[in-house]
Amino acid sequence: MNGINKNKNKYTLTRKEERAIIRENRKMMRHFEKLKKRKNVSESEYLTQMRDPNNLVEFDDLHTYFYTDIGTVKAVDGVSFEIPKGSTVGVVGESGCGKSVTSLSLMQLVQAPQGQVVKGSIRFNAGDKCYDIVKMPTEAMRKIRGKDISMIFQEPMTSLNPVFTIGSQIDEVILLHLEGYTKKQAKEKSIEMLKRVGIARPEAVYDSYPHELSGGMRQRVMIAIALACEPKLIIADEPTTALDVTIQAQILDLLREIKHKTNSSIMLITHDLGVVAEMADYVVVMYAGRIIEKGTVNDIFLDPKHPYTIGLMKSKPVVNKVVDRLYSIPGQVPNPINMPNYCYFRDRCDRRFDKCAGDYPPLYKISDTHYAACYLCDKSKEAQ
Amino acid sequence: MSENKKVPDTIDELEEESLSDSVKVLSPGRLVLRRFFRSRLSIVGLSILIFLFAFCYIGPLFVEYTDTTTFAIPREIKMVTEEHFTGADGKVYTYYDVSKNLAYDKAPPSKEHWLGTDPNGMDVFTRLMYGGQVSLKISFIVVLLEALLGVIFGGIAGYFGKWVDMLIMRIVDIFYCLPGLPLLLIASQIIRAIPSIHPNERLYWLMGILTFFSWSGTARLVRGQILSLREQEFMIAAEATGLKARTKIIKHLIPNVMPQLIVSMTLGLGQIILYEATLSYLGLGVPFPYAAWGSMISAADPSKGSEILSFYPNLWVAPGILIVAAVLGFNFVGDGLRDAFDPKMKK
Amino acid sequence: MFKYIMKRLLLGLLILFGVSIIIYFLVRNMPADYIDTQTAAQVSQGKLTREQVENMKALYGIGDNSFTGILKNYFTWLGNLLKGDLGISFVYGRPVADVINQYMWISFGISFTALIFEVIIAIPLGIYAATNQYGVADYTVTVLAMMGISLPSFFLSALLLRVFSLKLGWFPLLGLRDATQMLSGFPAFLDMLHHLVLPMTTLVLLSVGGLMRYTRTNMLEVLNSDYIRTARAKGLSEKTVIYKHAFRNTLIPLVTLLGGTIPSLFGGAMITESVYALEGIGYTAYKAVLQADVPFVMGYNMFIAVLTVLGILISDLLYMVVDPRVKLR
Repeated sequence: MNGINKNKNKYTLTRKEERAIIRENRKMMRHFEKLKKRKNVSESEYLTQMRDPNNLVEFDDLHTYFYTDIGTVKAVDGVSFEIPKGSTVGVVGESGCGKSVTSLSLMQLVQAPQGQVVKGSIRFNAGDKCYDIVKMPTEAMRKIRGKDISMIFQEPMTSLNPVFTIGSQIDEVILLHLEGYTKKQAKEKSIEMLKRVGIARPEAVYDSYPHELSGGMRQRVMIAIALACEPKLIIADEPTTALDVTIQAQILDLLREIKHKTNSSIMLITHDLGVVAEMADYVVVMYAGRIIEKGTVNDIFLDPKHPYTIGLMKSKPVVNKVVDRLYSIPGQVPNPINMPNYCYFRDRCDRRFDKCAGDYPPLYKISDTHYAACYLCDKSKEAQ
Repeated sequence: MSENKKVPDTIDELEEESLSDSVKVLSPGRLVLRRFFRSRLSIVGLSILIFLFAFCYIGPLFVEYTDTTTFAIPREIKMVTEEHFTGADGKVYTYYDVSKNLAYDKAPPSKEHWLGTDPNGMDVFTRLMYGGQVSLKISFIVVLLEALLGVIFGGIAGYFGKWVDMLIMRIVDIFYCLPGLPLLLIASQIIRAIPSIHPNERLYWLMGILTFFSWSGTARLVRGQILSLREQEFMIAAEATGLKARTKIIKHLIPNVMPQLIVSMTLGLGQIILYEATLSYLGLGVPFPYAAWGSMISAADPSKGSEILSFYPNLWVAPGILIVAAVLGFNFVGDGLRDAFDPKMKK
Repeated sequence: MFKYIMKRLLLGLLILFGVSIIIYFLVRNMPADYIDTQTAAQVSQGKLTREQVENMKALYGIGDNSFTGILKNYFTWLGNLLKGDLGISFVYGRPVADVINQYMWISFGISFTALIFEVIIAIPLGIYAATNQYGVADYTVTVLAMMGISLPSFFLSALLLRVFSLKLGWFPLLGLRDATQMLSGFPAFLDMLHHLVLPMTTLVLLSVGGLMRYTRTNMLEVLNSDYIRTARAKGLSEKTVIYKHAFRNTLIPLVTLLGGTIPSLFGGAMITESVYALEGIGYTAYKAVLQADVPFVMGYNMFIAVLTVLGILISDLLYMVVDPRVKLR
C-alpha cells in the first residue's frame, strides 16, 4: 500500500524516469562537449555577418540548457538582444532568471558539461571579422577571452587565486594576449593598471596576495585584470553586490569613467534597478530565461509596459515619497524544469485576462527601441 | 509507462498545479537515498555487504557442523625416494621407489568440502562463514563504541570550549600520537596472558582494545564539526531563543553532525576489519580453534615454510578475498554516502 | 615564528609525556619476561637462585611489577631518557639508540623509494581522474584506489610471493640478501635491490590508492572554485588553468599530507617487513615485542611518537610555506 503511494507521488520521479533523464543527459552532454573540443577548425566555420555593423554583440535566439538529474533546465530560452558599440546594456532580473548564464554563454564559460548552449547564435564583432561564438571551438574562443571580452565577477573575495600575488595575476593576462611585452614591461603596465583603477599604492599592492586586500580593493584588481588588454566589451556580473554601499558607488564611478576613456561597451548584469538607471543606455528585463521587455533606459523607467517590469519599478524605494509598505510581486519565480507553454508570469500577474491562457506571447513592438512580451501590448487586439 | 510521464493524470491535477510546483522534486531524505543509489559503486558496495552478511549469518544454517568440527579425510600422497648407483657400464642409474602414504589433513576441495580442509582437518568453507561473523561483529561493535565515545568527548569539548576543550583535546592528541599497531600487539598479548579471561571472552576484550586506540579520531571529527556549527547563524538563533544546553545539543548539533559521523563510521568499519585481520594474522586475535579470516591467511605465512603458500591456495586465497570484499564494500558504501550527503561535490 | 615553534614544541613535549606513560604501563605488562625465559634453564639446573634472578630484574629496572613499582621504574626510565639514554636492549645487548639506528635505514630506504613511486604515480592519475570526472578513467582510478586501500598487507604480500616468487621464480622469497653466495660492493647492492622489489611493490600498491583519491578529491574541489573560472575567463589554456592555477592550490593539502608520512617513513612497515623477513626496524620491533625486550620496545614506540609529533609540526610549517594565507600566531 505504502509502496504504491510512493510510486504515485506526482512530485517524485520514478527510478525509470530518472534513468531515462540521466541517459538522455549523458548523450546530449557528450555531443556538445565533442563539438567544443574540436581541434583545427577552419575559421570559416564560425565566421558570420553582423546584422548591424554598429553592434558589438548580437544575441540571436540563444538557448542555454542545464542537463540536471531531475530534468533539463532551460536557463536561457530564446534570448535576442544586441549590445551597440560604446554603450552600456543593463540586464535586469531576479536571481535565477538566466542573466548570468546569458553572459557566461557569451564567454563560453557555462558550467560544463551540464550547461550547454543548445541553439541560437551570439555574433561578436571583432572589428574586421565577425564570429559566431556558439560555433567556436574552445581553442579559438581562448583568444577572445580576456582580450576582446573580459569579465568581472560577482565575488571579488573568491575570484582571485589565493596563492599568487596580485601582480602575477595581472601580468599573466598581459603576457598572454599582448604582443611584445617583456616581463618587466608587463610589470610596469600592471602597476599602471592598478593606478588607473584608483589603487593608492600600486607597487605595494602588486606584490601582495589577495587575502591582504579588502573586498573593494580586490574588485578593483579584478577590474584592472579585465581592462589590461583594453577589451571591446566588459561583462560586469553583479560587480557591486558583494560590496558595501560606499564602495559600490566608487566601483560604479570607476566603471563609468573607464567606459568614457576607452570607448568599450559594458554588459552590466544586476538586480539593482538603481544601478541600471544610473549606468545603462539600454535595459533588458529577463524573467525565467526569457526577455520580457527591452528598450532604452527611458523606455523602461518612464514607460514600463510589462506587468512584471511595472512591478519591479513599484518595488523600488523612491526618495521623498511616503509609502506604507514597499510593493512586492506576489508568488515566486517558477521552477525552470518543464515550463508550460503560456506566459510564465501569468500566475503572478494582477492584470491577466483570457488571452493569457494562450501560447507564450511574442515580443510586441512598442516603439523602434522598445519591445515587450505581453498580450497587453498587442496592438492588433485593440483593433479587434 | 514512460511516454506519459510528464502528462498529469487528470484535468483536476492540472488545475491544482501552479507553475512553481509543476515539477517533480524530492524530499531531502529521499534525495540523499536517490543520490546514493544513483552511484554504481554504492550499489556494488551494498550488494557485496548483503552477500557477505547472508554468507556469514545465513550460510551456517545450511551446514550441520561448525567451524571447529574436524574431519579425517584420507588422501593419498606419493612418497618418492630415489637411489643412485653406478652400473657396470660406468653410467649412473637412478632408481625411483614410489610408494603411497595416507594423510588425513588438507583434503583437496570436494563436493562435501568445497574448499577442502585445513591442516587441522577443519572445513575451510565453513570456517570462512564463522570467521566472517567474528570480523563483522567486532567491526560493528567497535565502530558503535567508538562513535559513542567520540560523540561524548568531542561533543563536550566542542560545546563547552575553554579549558574543557583544552583538556579533552590534549588527551585526544596523546591518543593520536600513540603508535597504533605496536601497541595493539602488546595489548592483545597482555589480554592473552591474563588467566582470568576465558579464551571465549577474549573477543570482547579485543573490541575494547580496538576502541581504546581508535576513538580519538571520531572525537576530533565531532568537535571540529560542532565548533564550525556553533559559529553558524542557526545556532546563534538557538542561543537567542534561550534553549537549554541539552536541547541545543540534541536537537541542533547532533543531527548536523550525523551525516559526517555516519560516513566516517562506515569507512571506519573497513578499517577495523583490517585491524582485526592483522591481529588474527599475527595470532593475537580470536584464539584457536575458532576461525578468523586473518588467522586462516597466516597458514600461508612464508616464514612458516612455503608449502601451503604454493600448493594449497584453497586455504588462504578465499579468506583474503573476503577481507578485501568486506573492506571494499564498506568503503564503497561510505564513499557513496559521502557523495549523497554532500551534493556540493557532485555538481 | 620562533615563538610559535617553541610553543608547539613545548606542547609536543607535554603530549609525549602522556604518550610515554601509557606506553610504559602497557609495555611493562607484557606477558613474556625476557629475563625469566633466558634464565629458566639455569634456574632449573640450580645454577641460579630465584633471588639472583629477581636482583637481575631489579638491575634492569623491571623488578617490581606493582603499580607503584612500575611508576618508580618509569621515572627512572624518564630520567635516563632526559640524559639521552634509552637503555640497553636485552636481546642485542647494545644501546637501544644504536639498534634503532642500525635497522632504521633499510626501512627508510624502502619506504622512501616507495613514497617516491607513489607520488609519481598517484598525483598525475589523481589529476587526470579529476579533470575527467565520471569518465571511464575516473571510475577505473576510483576502483583501483579503493582496492589498494582495502587490501591487507599480509594478503597482498602472500599473493605477490605466490605468483612472482614461487610460481614464476623472478624474485627471491625472503630476506634481504642471498645466503648462498658471498657478495660485496655493487653486486651485493643489486642483490639487495632484487630482494626488495616485491616489498616495495607491496608498499606502493597499498598506499598509492589513498593518495590518488586524495589528489582527486582536492583537485575537484579546487576546479569548482571561482578563481578557476577567472583563470579561464582570462583566456588561459586548459593546461595552464589545471597545472598552474589549480594544481598550485591542490598542493596545499598534499604537502601537509607529507608530514603525516614521516612516522611510517622512518618507523618501518611492521607487517610487510615481517612477511618478507626484512631486517628493518619494523620487523625488529615486532620480534622485540614477542621477546619482551622492554627497553627496545619502549625506545621504538617513543621513537614513533616523537616522529608523529614532529610530523604534525612539519605539516603545519609546510602549510605556511605553500599557503600565503596562513600566518602563524
